[in-house]
Amino acid sequence: MSRPVIEFDHFSFQYDAQAEPTLKDVSLTLFEGEKVLIAGPSGCGKSTLAHCLNGLIPFAYPGKIEGSLKVAGRETREMSIFELSKRVGTVLQDSDGQFIGLTVAEDIAFALENDVTPLPEMKARVKEAAELVDVAGHLAHAPHELSGGQKQRVSLAGVMVDDVEILLFDEPLANLDPATGRQAVELIDDIQKRTGATVVMIEHRLEEALTRPVDRVILVDEGKVVADLSPDELVCSPLLKEIGLREPLYVTALKYAGLPIHPGMRAGSLGTLTLTEAEKEAVRRWFTGAPEAERGPAPKPLLEARGLDFQYPNGLKALTGIDLTVGEGEMMAIVGCNGAGKSTFAKLLCGFEKPGGGSIRFRGRDILGDSVKARADHIGYVMQNPNQMISHAMIRDEVASGLVARGLPKQEIDRRAEQALTICSLRPFRSWPVSALSYGQKKRLTIASILALEPEILILDEPTAGQDFRNYTRIMEFLRELNGRGIAIVMITHDMHLMLEYCPRAAVFAGGRLIADKSGAAVLTDPETVKKASLRETSLYALSLMCGISDARAFAQRFIDHDREVRG
Amino acid sequence: MINLFNYIDRPSPIHRLTGATKLLCLLIWTFAAMGSFDPRLLFLLAALSIGLFRLSRIHIKDVKFMLGITFWFMVLNNVLIFLFSPEHGVELYGARHALCSLPLGYAVTEEQLFYQLNVVLKYFATIPVVLLFVCTTQPSEFAASLNRIGLSYKLSYSVALALRYIPDIEREYHDIALSHQARGIEMGRGVPVFQRIKNASAILFPLILSSMDRIESIASAMELRGFGKNKKRSWYSARPFQKADYAAITVSLVLLLLSIGLTIVNGSRFYNPF
Repeated sequence: MSRPVIEFDHFSFQYDAQAEPTLKDVSLTLFEGEKVLIAGPSGCGKSTLAHCLNGLIPFAYPGKIEGSLKVAGRETREMSIFELSKRVGTVLQDSDGQFIGLTVAEDIAFALENDVTPLPEMKARVKEAAELVDVAGHLAHAPHELSGGQKQRVSLAGVMVDDVEILLFDEPLANLDPATGRQAVELIDDIQKRTGATVVMIEHRLEEALTRPVDRVILVDEGKVVADLSPDELVCSPLLKEIGLREPLYVTALKYAGLPIHPGMRAGSLGTLTLTEAEKEAVRRWFTGAPEAERGPAPKPLLEARGLDFQYPNGLKALTGIDLTVGEGEMMAIVGCNGAGKSTFAKLLCGFEKPGGGSIRFRGRDILGDSVKARADHIGYVMQNPNQMISHAMIRDEVASGLVARGLPKQEIDRRAEQALTICSLRPFRSWPVSALSYGQKKRLTIASILALEPEILILDEPTAGQDFRNYTRIMEFLRELNGRGIAIVMITHDMHLMLEYCPRAAVFAGGRLIADKSGAAVLTDPETVKKASLRETSLYALSLMCGISDARAFAQRFIDHDREVRG
Repeated sequence: MINLFNYIDRPSPIHRLTGATKLLCLLIWTFAAMGSFDPRLLFLLAALSIGLFRLSRIHIKDVKFMLGITFWFMVLNNVLIFLFSPEHGVELYGARHALCSLPLGYAVTEEQLFYQLNVVLKYFATIPVVLLFVCTTQPSEFAASLNRIGLSYKLSYSVALALRYIPDIEREYHDIALSHQARGIEMGRGVPVFQRIKNASAILFPLILSSMDRIESIASAMELRGFGKNKKRSWYSARPFQKADYAAITVSLVLLLLSIGLTIVNGSRFYNPF
């Protein structure tokens, strides 16, 4: 066995501000050159674990430590955060926040600058690190000129200039589109192979993180290590379901087909999955076992965009000739990579920007001349980050604010606020301060404050970003319920699961154009659209090919229908 | 979007000077201008600074907002000087040539006008140079140059970061404002001023919260990469001094000497024609 580099021994940690320890009696050893995934639901303590490793705990977040944590044989509480940072390089979740330098080169050089490295040596090492992660061509670029994936590469280069032994990735997939996420996982794997560093990845998106093999998966729940298994063993156990993580879709599909998952399948990663002929036959039988559910007739058009064009003042064309209709009571997704024009389209609908050409009609009436406020009576817009929307300290005031601004009579305000709070299950909290709510509840609060205006369409920007499976399911089931009340729901999203599971329809934007408008299942099983829009094929696509089913779309649809039935 | 403190990337001889040079020149220049009340020197400085402004290829419209603010500040400054010490010029120059008298015992004197002309000239001599510095120095170079003239690098870096995040925060303010407008909380013209202030302050609440988050994450990121470990740090953006840098500093020093020389010749900071 090789040398242990990280040793937790009966380690507990309690933040000063909290009544309970966040990490409870963790014992865990990681060895040199290992690649380990640490997974768990939100709030399970996995980020705290990462902070203990890189020294932010206890240096930036004080608290009480019990037991021992050794990094490379030394007790961390006897080291400074700076000594530790020479051994553990951290790539933070938010690569925007981590971007300190004004240009790529300066950012990579940041750690060297702090070490008073002489300029010529600094330039050489920056170049070397930039080449390692393939950003050497962008050294003079500013952060806003880079894509999310490139920013992450820069962050990685910024910690690799120090020749760290341990690379720690805190939710590396959180802010990336699906295709870039896949590249990130591949990059991490390549870097590990080339440098032999120990890699610790913290992530709750299991299927994506396991695209490339890892040695072990450590499951954390409620501050404890609940499993320490190989990925192949993990997907056979019921643990994922118990702690509220999503198992890979192909695994769920195999289960739906009645197949027990066993280690011999090597189902930990799609790349290693092996099925016997009999198992493939079982999948085919399940596929043909039920006819595709009937789709209802097309709904009446509610909001129609025709030939929408938009150009930024600097001449950059953001949208070209968008024709898109949202039907009454529809639930649909707008997808595409960053800069594809999705958000701009939403801004045009809400009236935040004026189109260069084309028309927008609501129930057949041209609304281009309407003010932002007038449009908001029909079209509600919910921002991604609830903290950006909430401006009142009390929950009820927040919900009522739009109504008060409209000068409605008090009775009407009370009625509508009460109703919105009830729909969003926030009524019991109505006289609470906003600060007492969890993230998911705040999200519902922002939705409630928009619902109070009684819109017929709700546009949501990334409604589930950063949420684990449990919260994702809660938010999405809530939106589905709203949809059931007849409100059309349009979601701008990167989340492929969301598209597949909740959207009978997905409009795909690429380069400012609408390139596809079909079901989520059809989009994610169409390699060409997937490539253009920086998405990635669902693993159901690969599974269907593996089992010799040529109609991957129908296969994915069968899965979705079955899934709906199971989950009710 | 309003351009407050923002680096404008447009190649020019001024941009090519190192940050430290520009900061030094700015300081020397300001001393020269502040030290003297001699309109001949101030005219020269004002003419030169406007010339430099043209040389830097920064356009008036790039800095419209800042110019507007300083203009109104200048007007206010002059009005207040006149209101509170209308005879200050008389005291300074030891003579009194009244031009006309106003109610409440106020009078316009040649001495006061001459004094206030000097004040106005000072604005013209310094503001273009300050704007020039702000628009042609990258924030990280600015930090490096503050550090180079002796300020602690932690302080230098925090100043630079603050400047750098202004555009981000402006953008965020804009986004938050839009979502509030959609709910009917309007901030445009046509809303009474008091209501407008109230509505705008509602946005500050989420803005401050999100800025705090941003500060926390950037602070962690910096600590994790060894910021604050040593007493000194080196700078990737540091550039060796070129001929132009020495020339610029020399010219500024000459102007400062001129200012000091005039003070000696005039026998005081004030040039007295009366």
